[in-house]
Amino acid sequence: MPTSKSFFFSSLGKKFIMGLTGLILVLFVIGHLVGNLQIFADPEVINQYAHLLHSMGPLLWLVRAFLLLTVVLHIWMAVLLVIENRRARPQGYEGEHTHRASYASRTMKFSGIIVLAFIIFHLAHFTLRVTHPEYENLRYTLQEGAYAGTEVLDVHAMMVMGFQKPLISLFYIFAVGLLAFHLRHGFGSMFQTLGLRNKHWGGVIEKTTITFAVAYFLFNAAIPLSVMAGVVDNENIKSIDDSAEVMTLPEDDSPEQTD
Amino acid sequence: MKLQANEPEGPLAEKWQRHQANIKLVNPSNKRKYEIIVVGSGLAGSGAAATFGEMGYNVKCFTYHDSPRRAHSIAAQGGINAAKNYQNDGDSIQRLYHDTIKGGDFRAREANVYRLAEVSVKIIDHCAALGVPFAREYGGLLANRSFGGAQVSRTFYARGQTGQQLLLGAYSALSRQIGLGTVDMHPHEEMLDLVLVDGHAKGIITRNKETGKVTSHAADAVVLATGGYGNVYNLSTYARNSNATAIWRAHKKGALFANPCFTQIHPTCIPVSGDYQSKLTLMSESLRNDGRIWVPKKVGDKRAPQDIPEDERDYYLERKYPSFGNLAPRDISSRAAKQVCDEGRGVGPTGLGVYLDFSDAIKRLGEDTIRERYGNLFDIYHEITGESAYQSPMRIFPAVHYTMGGLWVDYNLMSNIPGLFVLGEANFSDHGANRLGASALMQGLADGFFVIPYTIGNYLSECREKHPTDGHPAFKDAEENVRNITNKLLNTHGRHPVSYFHRELGKIMWDHCGMARTKEGLEEGIGKIQKLREQFWQDVNIPGDNEEYNQALEKAGRVADYMELGELMCRDALERDESCGCHFREEHQTEDAEALRNDQDFAYVAAWEFKGADETPVMHKEELNYKETKMATRNYK
Amino acid sequence: MNVTLKVWRQKNANEEGHFETLEARNLNPNMSFLEMLDVVNNELEAESKMPVAFDHDCREGICGTCSLTINGQPHGPGEGVASCQVYMRSFKDGDTITIEPFRAKPFPVIRDLVVDRTAFDKIIQAGGFVTVRTGSAPDANAIPIPKETADLAMDAAACIGCGACVAACKNASAMLFVAAKSSQLNMLPQGQAEKDTRVLKMVATMDEAGFGNCTNQYECSAACPKLISEDFIGKMNRDYLFANLRQKFLRRKKKI
Ligand SMILES: Cc1cc2nc3c(=O)[nH]c(=O)nc-3n(C[C@H](O)[C@H](O)[C@H](O)COP(=O)(O)OP(=O)(O)OC[C@H]3O[C@@H](n4cnc5c(N)ncnc54)[C@H](O)[C@@H]3O)c2cc1C
Ligand code: HEM
Ligand code: FES
Repeated sequence: MPTSKSFFFSSLGKKFIMGLTGLILVLFVIGHLVGNLQIFADPEVINQYAHLLHSMGPLLWLVRAFLLLTVVLHIWMAVLLVIENRRARPQGYEGEHTHRASYASRTMKFSGIIVLAFIIFHLAHFTLRVTHPEYENLRYTLQEGAYAGTEVLDVHAMMVMGFQKPLISLFYIFAVGLLAFHLRHGFGSMFQTLGLRNKHWGGVIEKTTITFAVAYFLFNAAIPLSVMAGVVDNENIKSIDDSAEVMTLPEDDSPEQTD
Repeated sequence: MKLQANEPEGPLAEKWQRHQANIKLVNPSNKRKYEIIVVGSGLAGSGAAATFGEMGYNVKCFTYHDSPRRAHSIAAQGGINAAKNYQNDGDSIQRLYHDTIKGGDFRAREANVYRLAEVSVKIIDHCAALGVPFAREYGGLLANRSFGGAQVSRTFYARGQTGQQLLLGAYSALSRQIGLGTVDMHPHEEMLDLVLVDGHAKGIITRNKETGKVTSHAADAVVLATGGYGNVYNLSTYARNSNATAIWRAHKKGALFANPCFTQIHPTCIPVSGDYQSKLTLMSESLRNDGRIWVPKKVGDKRAPQDIPEDERDYYLERKYPSFGNLAPRDISSRAAKQVCDEGRGVGPTGLGVYLDFSDAIKRLGEDTIRERYGNLFDIYHEITGESAYQSPMRIFPAVHYTMGGLWVDYNLMSNIPGLFVLGEANFSDHGANRLGASALMQGLADGFFVIPYTIGNYLSECREKHPTDGHPAFKDAEENVRNITNKLLNTHGRHPVSYFHRELGKIMWDHCGMARTKEGLEEGIGKIQKLREQFWQDVNIPGDNEEYNQALEKAGRVADYMELGELMCRDALERDESCGCHFREEHQTEDAEALRNDQDFAYVAAWEFKGADETPVMHKEELNYKETKMATRNYK
Repeated sequence: MNVTLKVWRQKNANEEGHFETLEARNLNPNMSFLEMLDVVNNELEAESKMPVAFDHDCREGICGTCSLTINGQPHGPGEGVASCQVYMRSFKDGDTITIEPFRAKPFPVIRDLVVDRTAFDKIIQAGGFVTVRTGSAPDANAIPIPKETADLAMDAAACIGCGACVAACKNASAMLFVAAKSSQLNMLPQGQAEKDTRVLKMVATMDEAGFGNCTNQYECSAACPKLISEDFIGKMNRDYLFANLRQKFLRRKKKI
């Protein structure tokens, strides 16, 4: 007699974890996006926000650990499911045919892996800053609120500086594109997996999924595009650029640096 | 041989209750000691096996299908009758009984039919409890429709898939028992012989379809629920694999075959389109409410139907039967269609078809109304023929649909061989010479769920000794017999595939023992079948071996049996020198071509005894002495 | 018309399979696909060659026996049809048609195009029933069931158990079958008492059989000869979750 002990080892249980972790990640990426969109406001806004997050101290680490666990679980389940699914059809069809499965749904494992690669790079790039230690030199003094006068890392300048490099921007756009693509299936799929889809909501969920994926991509892509187009700029960069010349990598030949 | 029907004493309405009260019960602790073999997992077989399992017997159930759920019962569309009187239209057990026995043209046994009507009520209760999603009204209560041969609405249905839903209900009950271990299920295992020990049925021989392994199975009693034998005609509405082998081999071991010639032919099926045809599809008879049936007046007129002017069309049903017109009864309209085709006026590529024309109805009511009424049927027609019945008339033709005959059984559903029970379409018991719509499902479930579980007790309680094991010499002999037949088939190495013989036999049966039969025709048919049988054993070509999955070999065994059964059907039709129900002897008809029954000389069940493949069988009569019912002329005018 | 067939031949589960090319000549476009195979087989038999084994029975789309993958599509071209309802007029003269069995690990090949689907029976045996002894049922009208519920249960019950859902699924998952069967009974009042155990046991048996996992692509529904909706899968996910929660939290309380 199967009991709830086996829930997490059942096919539906694994999928449930997939869906739940997916939901958490979706909520996170939405929050993250909203945070990032503050780049379009005065640098003060996003720097205030970043400081608020950083000042959370241990709580921030708790949230990060939780997110890490979520990602690990998500990937772990993904790997298990992919292996089991392969095993369930040892011999494929000669004339493979697809009725309605979206391209996104058939490439989840690939979009997922590239998204993972991006996440690692992204963390290294902006959170740990191992790839660009010079960002440490970008400083900003908060003007308003309780923290007025505190000197912090200039997140606005960091983002602008990062996206002024076309290669990074392109990779970023490509990656959020893939993430949006991953969600083009994942967002709707998660409702079904969690048992939240039925006859009446099926159509709405499908439309929402597409709208969400497109919107998520456009909003995300807007950030690097605006930076590259010069719509968003940062005064702070120029001064730092000069003073930090030694630390700039020589092969970095973005157009901004030549003038 | 004196046939004992074993009808209980007392008034008709009380027989079954009295009988139940008197049936010997098997002690619960003893039930575990009894083994019962059930062959077949259709409505009758699944119901019986599941209920035996619940009661505590040890059950082994066999089917040649890959799963019990695939039995041919699954294909029934229309519905199932029950005397529930939920519609408050005056239905009752008595009325259902009367409709059924009258529908059978008074050739069924009174007490059996009454019991069927009585038990029908419980079937619906049980199936609803099993989760069968019957159609319902907005108030949440069960819906009914009306069906041919009745003036009340007593047919329960589940869309056009009633048989499927009922079978899946019975299958779920059976599956529960399999899960619990009370029923040992053997799918893909075909019964090829019955084993008798001291004159009692004590086991069967089966062949595994996947491995070819021949195995003996011993038990205290054997229950056959193996369905009908309409595929003798090759083309029919039956599933391709439905066959007569189980009952025929039991017949060859001594079980009497009753009324083999009673076959029902349904008037509205999609006609044959070519030699390759494998199956005929039933179209609901309701189409005749709005369609007009016609053929060209000229013989061999090959013009498109639209090009044939009104005055060159023969609306033959309207002409011959002005008061009934296109709604003439099933058997009459089937025979009339055959007649015009025999005259060479049939339509379609094969000349075996008549038009069912909706153009007048479309003009009168509009295409939308017709679409609303018959849309799904028009779709089926389009899917199969590629033609649109909105634009040109449908072509229809009668097809073999059901066999009323089967192994002879007494009131307890036991054949003349003690310990051999026969249920469902495989027996002859309840439909006489003609079956009413929606009553076969009822009979299958009644036999399986509600009759045999009781009546088998009488026999089992008398089996005091443990049944012989499969090591008994009778089993070895029977296995040998099975292997011999197989080897003979495999070693013939002739020129024709088995389907050739099946097709030829079908043609003979259809021409000589079909909708209209004559003495000369039947005699000629017997001669042709004998010749074909001889040719079969010299000229059939079965590739491969026994020890593998071999569909040609399976089919060959079945066709070999059909050859013998077909001959018996002709013989029975010849012997029954009257017209009744679906058995129409041209010699016996009224002026308006209605069947002319002869109750004086033929009010009996013809039960045939096998004497050898090349010997003439012997007929035994069970006289039908109706005590409470009057044999009236069947008249639907 | 004439077509070339590329047919999967495999003697039994233990032997390797391969494609064989066969010619089907002088066909009538009104033939069913299975009748075309009959014709090809008759010719093979006349030459004392083993005919192509394929499963079939009712030939009208209700028994669920037929199980061909035609040009990569379980049950071939056309919506809402079984293999036996495919007609040669769906193909062109001169076409090459690939015919394969339903492919999934829990459906081992018996021969050629015939596969073993007993895994489905096992799932039903585990819980696809209402426990009711013969003769113990109350009057059928004692429990009214809203028409909508009965109709929805019938939508699920229409499943013919052919396994095309498994065959079409990119992951060889049996979710649509199990969902249809469990939902039918879980929706009806008769099925309530065993609602939780039913879905738990059926899913456990499905997993044991080695089917893949659903990734919500709904290929199953599209290939289903009865077009059974993927909505039932959502329902099963829900039922399964709640069944687990109830098992974990409520059952203990009842015992106290
Ligand atoms: C197209 C069509 C529509 C119909 N519509 C209706 C309708 O609307 N209403 C109605 O009441 N009736 C209808 N009928 C008739 C009705 O469906 C059948 O008479 C009834 O279902 C027979 O049930 P059964 O259990 O006796 O046999 P079946 O369902 O035929 O089952 C036979 C079983 O026996 C097994 N078997 C047979 N031989 C062997 C063997 N040698 N070894 C092992 N196993 C064997 C088979 O595998 C199968 O499991 C219809 C019939 C047809 C053809
Ligand atoms: C890190 C690498 C990732 C990998 C390898 C990965 C892989 C997968 C795979 C294989 C699936 C299952 C496919 C399916 O059910 O069809 C899946 C589903 C999903 N993923 Fe990811 N993914 C990753 C990251 C993410 C991220 C960052 C998010 C969110 C922003 C996310 C959201 C989802 C969602 C919502 C689902 C649907 C879950 C469901 O069907 O219930 N994934 N992922
Ligand atoms: S043969 Fe029965 S569904 Fe196709």
